[in-house]
Amino acid sequence: MNRRDAITRVGLILGGTVIGAEFFMSGCKSSTSASGVADLSKPEIVAFLDEVGETILPATTTPGAKAAEIGKFMGVMVTDCYTEADQKIFLKGISDLDEASNKKFGKKFMEADAKQRTELLTALDAEQKAYTKTKKPEDPNHYFRMMKELTLLGFFTSKPGATQALRYIAVPGKYDGNFPYKKGDKAWAT
Amino acid sequence: MANLNIDNVKDRTFDAIVIGSGMSGGWAAKELTDKGLKTLILERGRDVKHNIDYPTTNMYPWEFEHRGEMPMAVQEANPIVNRCYAFGEDAAHFFVKDNDHPYVQEKPFDWIRGYQVGGKSLLWARQTQRWSDFDFEGPARDGFAVDWPIRYKDIAPWYSYVEKFAGISGNKDGLAELPDGEFLPAFPLNTVETYFSEHVKNKYSNRHVISARCAHLSKPNQIHLDQGRVQCQKRTLCQRGCPFGGYFSANASTIPWALKSGHATLRPFSVVQEVIYDEKLGKATGVRVIDTNTKEAIEYFAKIIFVNAAALNTNLVLLNSTSNRFPNGLGNDSGVLGKYVAFHNYSAHINAEYDGFKEWTTDGRNPAGGGYIPRFRNVYKQETDFLRGYASGFSAYRYQQRPWDGVGSSLKDNLVKDDLSGWKVGSHMMGETIPKESNYVALDKTLKDQWGIPQLKISVDYDDNDEKMKKDYIEQLTEMFTTAGFTNIKASSDHRAPGLDIHEMGGARMGNDPKTSILNKWNQMHAVKNVFVTDGASMTSTSCQNPSLTYMAFTARAADYAVGEMKKGNI
Repeated sequence: MNRRDAITRVGLILGGTVIGAEFFMSGCKSSTSASGVADLSKPEIVAFLDEVGETILPATTTPGAKAAEIGKFMGVMVTDCYTEADQKIFLKGISDLDEASNKKFGKKFMEADAKQRTELLTALDAEQKAYTKTKKPEDPNHYFRMMKELTLLGFFTSKPGATQALRYIAVPGKYDGNFPYKKGDKAWAT
Repeated sequence: MANLNIDNVKDRTFDAIVIGSGMSGGWAAKELTDKGLKTLILERGRDVKHNIDYPTTNMYPWEFEHRGEMPMAVQEANPIVNRCYAFGEDAAHFFVKDNDHPYVQEKPFDWIRGYQVGGKSLLWARQTQRWSDFDFEGPARDGFAVDWPIRYKDIAPWYSYVEKFAGISGNKDGLAELPDGEFLPAFPLNTVETYFSEHVKNKYSNRHVISARCAHLSKPNQIHLDQGRVQCQKRTLCQRGCPFGGYFSANASTIPWALKSGHATLRPFSVVQEVIYDEKLGKATGVRVIDTNTKEAIEYFAKIIFVNAAALNTNLVLLNSTSNRFPNGLGNDSGVLGKYVAFHNYSAHINAEYDGFKEWTTDGRNPAGGGYIPRFRNVYKQETDFLRGYASGFSAYRYQQRPWDGVGSSLKDNLVKDDLSGWKVGSHMMGETIPKESNYVALDKTLKDQWGIPQLKISVDYDDNDEKMKKDYIEQLTEMFTTAGFTNIKASSDHRAPGLDIHEMGGARMGNDPKTSILNKWNQMHAVKNVFVTDGASMTSTSCQNPSLTYMAFTARAADYAVGEMKKGNI
């Protein structure tokens, strides 16, 4: 087990690449230093990202992304682990998302209700999926793919995500190489 | 700069000095103190006390700010160590950062180092496969390097000796190319690993997939409990240091054992500048260290000196130990010191999928990592267009992959439910490389480290034999995967620099002839009888098995010989 497990696991779930994975996985190839293009720890940004995350992975019978402090996590990861170019895309993505909300509902994302938020992000997800499918490696990433990936990564490695939405055990104490598999229980966090 | 207080020479005099406290140095310290020798253990880095100095060992994934990932600024500042798989948020404090201890890469070489008590024994992958006569007879049979001055029968009892103490899990597989040892119960192969093992056995008479043998206490014996170690709990967070002592490290095992004897003095923050040679006495009398905190130079004296600074740093210490008698480095009459460095070729991988056995999975985690395929190429005779061969890792695991379209509760429900896809299987190559004079380390003529010690210049590269062997690995494993019914087979070659295997060896090799080697069959310097080198630097060739267990066995054997010689008055 090593540091790439969390990233790899989310990558496997997503069945493909994770933004930033090129340096998450193999060491950084960028020459630009990630000094932080903006302060993503501002309360209004954290609150905004919390709601984006919660819309992507909402509380159901188990906690949602907000309970995992997903807004704070996204800010830390973008600031510390993204290239400067990706940081700028992410930052602009916050206003792009608001703009898309305005266009669709005549109000900002934070003012939209849960149903509208879901509708908007479902559309943005389809947009990023179509864009990512045809984009060349050198083309810019889509901000909503970043938000979605970070939400999944942050949530499934968080305490509520790993221990309540998924199953997590710190000390297995055993290894059985031939264990009958019964579908239907919660997936394992690690 | 020297502050040599001659009044306390007695306080600075020991029976033995061990340079280095890692995999082999810890063993030297244990063996010498067990035999009653007053022993000074020198470590260039800080102390890392078992359990006390494992700050991340009990942390949960969510307690790491970046969930294990290293921030980009750290990655950019440390391109070399960042390439190591274990350099993450949970273990970065046990790795040397690139800029702290620079070296000169005449050719690209990823030198991965751990400067602390325990060295890299905290961080190793814990694979412990014995070497055999197919390894020790290799150079003589295939005409490279020099003949090993020992054979398997010389080292076999010492393998047993160190295995019993360290705790090695494995099966008695009865393979001549991978001799059995003193094993604790093996970690089992899983369903698909077992399937592949049976497939390979049926298809090839000379190929085997076995449970990897590893330094984990699957079922501890009294000797392990006496060390304060208990059963491995299968956390597989080993690189953080194990609170259970579930795997062998110098920190959990040999160093505290040596200290408990009352005969050992451990001195961290002591970088060795040189071994002191006395021309009149014709032997080494001690070492000069620099205290890395005070910058003060201090000399320590002893009858026996064990150099266990890790392969390349041992070369550096010896090359920097010059005198009128040895102007080119201690014991370097032959001129081969620093040369014939070799490593393991880990640069090829192969991955695939298997669609069967979906009614089976695994429970818990396997600290052994899965299966091991001992070398099957050129074992009994030369049969390919390249020399030597490769071992291979092999493992299989169930994975989960499903669409992640949309957002909201349906997405979440879809992602959290347990709905495993098929199996993924993977293998990596571990190839023997041929020691050559042109693969060498030397002291840089101008650049110095922060203590004024010359920086090490490393000039090590792959060769045509490595490329041919890699091609064969990919062909053979592809064939084995294909006939096993694996699908979506993808072989890859990652062009990594040497060094990232962390199995660098040689430079102060053993041999029968003082004209072509530095050490004799007892790891004793031909020319300086009270100096012993028992880490990777002493290796004549590399085998393709992981080397740590062999370093341990050589160390215990050499310590036994050294103390015997001392008692006889020969050194």
